[in-house]
Amino acid sequence: MTEFFQQLINGLSVGSMYALIAIGYTLVYGVLRFINFAHSDVFMVGAFMGMYIGRTSSKSSIGGGLMVMAGAMVICALLGILIERFAYRPLRSRSKLTVLITAIGVSLFLENAGQLIFGPNPQPFPNIFPSHTFQYDQVVLSSKDLVVLVVAIVLMGGLQFLVLKTKIGTAMRAAAFNPQAASLMGININNVISFTFGLGSALAAAGGILWAYKFPKIDPLMGVMPGLTAFVAAVLGGIGNIPGAALGGLVIGIIETFVKGSRWSTWSEAIAFVLLILILLFRPAGLLGTLQPEKV
Amino acid sequence: MKKWSFFVPVLLCGFVLAITGCKDSSNSGASGQTIKVGEFASLTGSEASFGQSSHKGTLLAIDDINAAGGVLGKKFELLTEDDQSKDGESATAVKKLISRDKVVAILGEVASGRSLEAAPICQEYKIPQISPSSTNPKVTAMGDYIFRVCFEDKFQGGVVLAKFALQSLKAKRVAILTDVSAAYSAGLTTYFKEQFIAGGGQVVAEQKFTKDDKDFKAQLTAIKTQNPDAIFMPIYYGPATLIALQARELGITCPLFGGDGWEAPELVQGPGAAEALEGCFYSTHFAPDQQTPEAQEFVKKYEAKFGAKPDAMGALGYDSALVLADAIKRAGTTEGAKVRDALAATKDFQGVTGKMTIDPERNARKPAVILQIKGGKFVYRETVNP
Repeated sequence: MTEFFQQLINGLSVGSMYALIAIGYTLVYGVLRFINFAHSDVFMVGAFMGMYIGRTSSKSSIGGGLMVMAGAMVICALLGILIERFAYRPLRSRSKLTVLITAIGVSLFLENAGQLIFGPNPQPFPNIFPSHTFQYDQVVLSSKDLVVLVVAIVLMGGLQFLVLKTKIGTAMRAAAFNPQAASLMGININNVISFTFGLGSALAAAGGILWAYKFPKIDPLMGVMPGLTAFVAAVLGGIGNIPGAALGGLVIGIIETFVKGSRWSTWSEAIAFVLLILILLFRPAGLLGTLQPEKV
Repeated sequence: MKKWSFFVPVLLCGFVLAITGCKDSSNSGASGQTIKVGEFASLTGSEASFGQSSHKGTLLAIDDINAAGGVLGKKFELLTEDDQSKDGESATAVKKLISRDKVVAILGEVASGRSLEAAPICQEYKIPQISPSSTNPKVTAMGDYIFRVCFEDKFQGGVVLAKFALQSLKAKRVAILTDVSAAYSAGLTTYFKEQFIAGGGQVVAEQKFTKDDKDFKAQLTAIKTQNPDAIFMPIYYGPATLIALQARELGITCPLFGGDGWEAPELVQGPGAAEALEGCFYSTHFAPDQQTPEAQEFVKKYEAKFGAKPDAMGALGYDSALVLADAIKRAGTTEGAKVRDALAATKDFQGVTGKMTIDPERNARKPAVILQIKGGKFVYRETVNP
């Protein structure tokens, strides 16, 4: 039983990071209907920004850690807006495939620029939050898992509030629902899309820092695997749907952990993908997604 | 459009010149002024620490050989290709070295998987390949042109580590954590298990992961429930650090031990890494505080040139070039088949990593050392002879 609870904690901790990244995919998809493959590399840039900011102070404190996170989130939000402005906006009227290929190009550009600027070798990530372990019976909850869980929950709660209760959130939902109608109602679509990219990239940065804090070896290709898994999570939960992405992330994280802890450990990714196929067979729009007829 | 119609021919001319320029310089290794030796190494990427050390050792050896007047009256020229620690790159690098640069022999790699990638190509072109530190037995089984100057995993896992776990660690119940995507890791696991169980030990848990995994808590939680005396981690240094950190986070306090894949300063770098690995052990080929005259002289030269103490990969990189030079000298030619025969006949060659003899399977028979991590430093503990 203790093993079950320990694995559940492990799974929730990884899953909440997948959820943060998955939300970024889903946000952009909701508004623009394309998969921003550069998202996982913004995640990597976030981790490196966190490393550089975190290195400026040798002491680890909760306030300091949050400052590091905020700094990296702002930088990545700007990066996300820039990517949208210069890579995707000029192609907005073109076919979706063109934008998709461009996204892959941006992803490769960031990965290789990262190897050039940050260096290709894994680097240690500073301990930005104070460490402590909480033990109950045999179940251990480390401060790392706790920080990851709390930050992820706070960010997702904040996002839900932003999308549902604020003016810009309403504008985002309107743009996602029907961009043309929204612009006819006086919503500046360009601003809404820039804001969405900034928001998604800030969440990717937060995810990147949590990831790097939990697994303190970072390199410019670190975003590839978690990015792919989070993408699966977003599809699993119903792409375009924010609570769906969060749920998908948690489900994938927990399943992955339980499979890894069993003797089929090397099958963990295969099982996650099989699960994706099964769910899409029965619910083609994902767990929480609603099917929209494709307009011709 | 007008601008382009002018630029395109100019660019093409430049391109053609660049290609022919390369061709001119690629005259055959033996007939030129120098003896061209190819090296492929992981100079960047996840195992960059290995590649860099090995490369520095090789560079030093080439300098030493040339300072002593070279071989057959010619100097050695080292041509190095970086495979970026990536699968698939090694084959390309080696093909380029052999067919375009016309090298007479190939030195490399550290990682067994990448040596295995290059071996069929060297075998096909009949160019001797010497791996400085790939320990997986399959490497030299790829063909009669493939050699190594390190001991192999059968010895490292089966004799050195199994004996060490049973006798020095007094561990009866051991858990194993394997990287199934690395030939090196899978090999060590098999040989360790065979000998450890034969010696009366018990493997209580076997967990696996794949390259690029960062989260090992699931596997470690499963290991923790078995409460082992020690955890055997025959893996590379990158995941080893992360596993040690996560194991201590989960409250696992038993010693961890591994093979020569741990040998890198990066193992103990980063917050908490040195504390997490305090008192842990690994087996390797060479210790800079080993008291043999050859080792001490090598350490002095290496420190003077690179400003840091060499590790096992550096020493093996050095030995790989020396063994090749010795074979070419005895063969009296750089012709592939003759050099191969001379390499196969290497006996009691005194390298900096100890006295080695190439056995009929083209593996080096030589001693191993066990190091312990103390205060973030690697300290010599014992030597194990074959």
